[in-house]
Amino acid sequence: MPNIIPLSEARIGDRGIITRVGGGSGDAHDAELERRLLELGFVEGARIHLIHQGIVRRDPIALRVDDMTVALRRREAASLTVQLDGPFAEAAE
Amino acid sequence: MDIAVRPARVALVGNPNSGKTALFNALTGAHQKVANYAGVTVERKEGLVRVPSGQTVLVLDLPGTYSLRARSPDEAVTRDAVLGRLAGETPPDVLVCVADATNLRLVLRLVLELKSVGRPMVLALNMYDIAQRQGLRIDLDRLRTELGVPIVTTVATRKRGIADLLAEVETVSMAAADLPQGAGAWQEPDATEIRAAHRDAERIMRACVRAPERPDTLTGKIDTVLLHPVAGLLILLGLLFVMFQAVFAWAAPAMDGIEAGFALFGRLVSGFMADGLIESLVVDGVIAGVGSVIIFLPQIVILFAFIILLEDFGYMARAAFLMDRIMGGAARTIDSRQDRLTTIMVAPLMTCSARIPVYTLIIAAFIPNETVWGFASLQGLVMFGLYAAGIVSALLVSFVVRRVFWRGQVEPFMMELPAYKLPDAKSVLMNLWLRAKIFLTRAGKIILPLMVLVWVASTFPYPPAGATGQPIEYSLAGMIGRALEPVFAPIGFNWQMVIALIPGMAAREVAVAALGTVYAVADADAAMSGLATVLSAQWSLATGLAFLAWYVFAPQCVPTLAVVKRETNSWKWMTIMIVYMFGLAYLGAFVTYRVALALGGGSIGG
Repeated sequence: MPNIIPLSEARIGDRGIITRVGGGSGDAHDAELERRLLELGFVEGARIHLIHQGIVRRDPIALRVDDMTVALRRREAASLTVQLDGPFAEAAE
Repeated sequence: MDIAVRPARVALVGNPNSGKTALFNALTGAHQKVANYAGVTVERKEGLVRVPSGQTVLVLDLPGTYSLRARSPDEAVTRDAVLGRLAGETPPDVLVCVADATNLRLVLRLVLELKSVGRPMVLALNMYDIAQRQGLRIDLDRLRTELGVPIVTTVATRKRGIADLLAEVETVSMAAADLPQGAGAWQEPDATEIRAAHRDAERIMRACVRAPERPDTLTGKIDTVLLHPVAGLLILLGLLFVMFQAVFAWAAPAMDGIEAGFALFGRLVSGFMADGLIESLVVDGVIAGVGSVIIFLPQIVILFAFIILLEDFGYMARAAFLMDRIMGGAARTIDSRQDRLTTIMVAPLMTCSARIPVYTLIIAAFIPNETVWGFASLQGLVMFGLYAAGIVSALLVSFVVRRVFWRGQVEPFMMELPAYKLPDAKSVLMNLWLRAKIFLTRAGKIILPLMVLVWVASTFPYPPAGATGQPIEYSLAGMIGRALEPVFAPIGFNWQMVIALIPGMAAREVAVAALGTVYAVADADAAMSGLATVLSAQWSLATGLAFLAWYVFAPQCVPTLAVVKRETNSWKWMTIMIVYMFGLAYLGAFVTYRVALALGGGSIGG
């Protein structure tokens, strides 16, 4: 199972580290989204933990990002790439 | 720069939920003025405070933001105010950046960005008591050196650190008085620069802040219930239900009191004045018209008590999270013209908190106060229904607009879910007082003069000699109402309602006041018995519901349309908006009226 995935595909309870922010098609919309994600604390290296999701298509999602909680839609989460912790990572924490 | 001539200006800037408004309240106390920024629906709050030297300083509370790269009208106000680009506003002399001491990560980057603006700045670490309770250790001296700005710690709700903050503000403004202003140095950062600033902030954070020994775990526990996909939604619906029920049930005694007061006042005044024109203007026009709106003050206060408490507790962001996919998301706009258009067209339909007071008022006036199913108030239920109708109609319009006119990107939804906090009683009361004041000021500034106009239109010209009907039927308003009546008859509106619709364009609550005046001019007793009583005797339930349906859709008010014109910069879109909303309003009222008639809601006096 690959452990580097778009955040939009993460499941509830997943933990990991953001490895890439943005990097879509590079149009104005993506560039703006990237900056807004960065401003809200979604930066490379930030620890994430998916803790809640909505009732309609498991959307939106709420995450711990380092020491704050942020909500966003899976659509926007697709612009974030995360490396999920391995099966033993949780015990090591 | 001579500070002595005009008061120095201090602008409060900070992330949302940093306790900025609490600090503003602690600084200025009750000496606050609320207005709107020219041309936008963003609230402008300012107040006066005396600094240690005895000078008076003007404090401006700016909308919360994470960045100066504004992406909403509120954030644009903050950016322009900070940069001194706001038309008609003097640039601030000192910036006070307000930070939640327990949540420094993002605000440190904002501090770095604000520093590049080049204005004197003070950083206020607010909620410092919570940080201490959590065992969060902040090396203040190191942080001061790293950031290069003076730092004070504050607890706004307990008024701690306020004197220190004012002293520091004075010091930096004095020191800066002979420095050249470096404003305008700020440039919109690109992604690389934001990343670099983040790394900087992260490094400072690691150097100066030690993780809390006892972090807040309560917020997470509460969220497992309140953000639960099923339980959370049920709780939200329950809250809305209780809120709407309370607004109508709890306010009743106070409203009866105000109503009796206005009736007594009207009788007293008419007793003192000779019968005639002036008496009619004062009693029928002003007292009956304005009184029919002021009577709703208790409901407005209860409603805002709920809203302010939920907001301060930190629940509003959770409500947005739960409702996001269900509402289709009309939250914020992004840098795309098409999305902005969709949002602009749809937003007026959403039942945002700004619209609830008006619904409250219309419902209390037009829907009988009855209990159904043994426990629920009919008025509360109608409110609930209106709320749902607003959401569903916004969804439909947004769907149609996206399918028919364009296929754009959906605007993103992303927001911080702040830690829960116990609302501070004093702060809640102060905000409540502010809302009541705004409501009453509106009644005085907008409704009173309009009511004089309505009175004039419904009194002149006089009926011709030998006229048989009521005098109002021959007046200008009567003629207009009669002329338009056939158009509105299919949706159950009588000519008095048609008259009220016209001044109602200025603001929705004016329609209520106008009905008060029109019925009072037509019938002297109506001025004494209160609008709700008159209406229940004159309108059928079907007519009342149709009137409500009209106001779910009808164009909000002239100021909103002006904003649409400005935002879209086109008369075409404003016209489209007017036509489609009037069309929807007519259709909605028509369907409501016909369905209510078919279900037996057509009898008058029920």
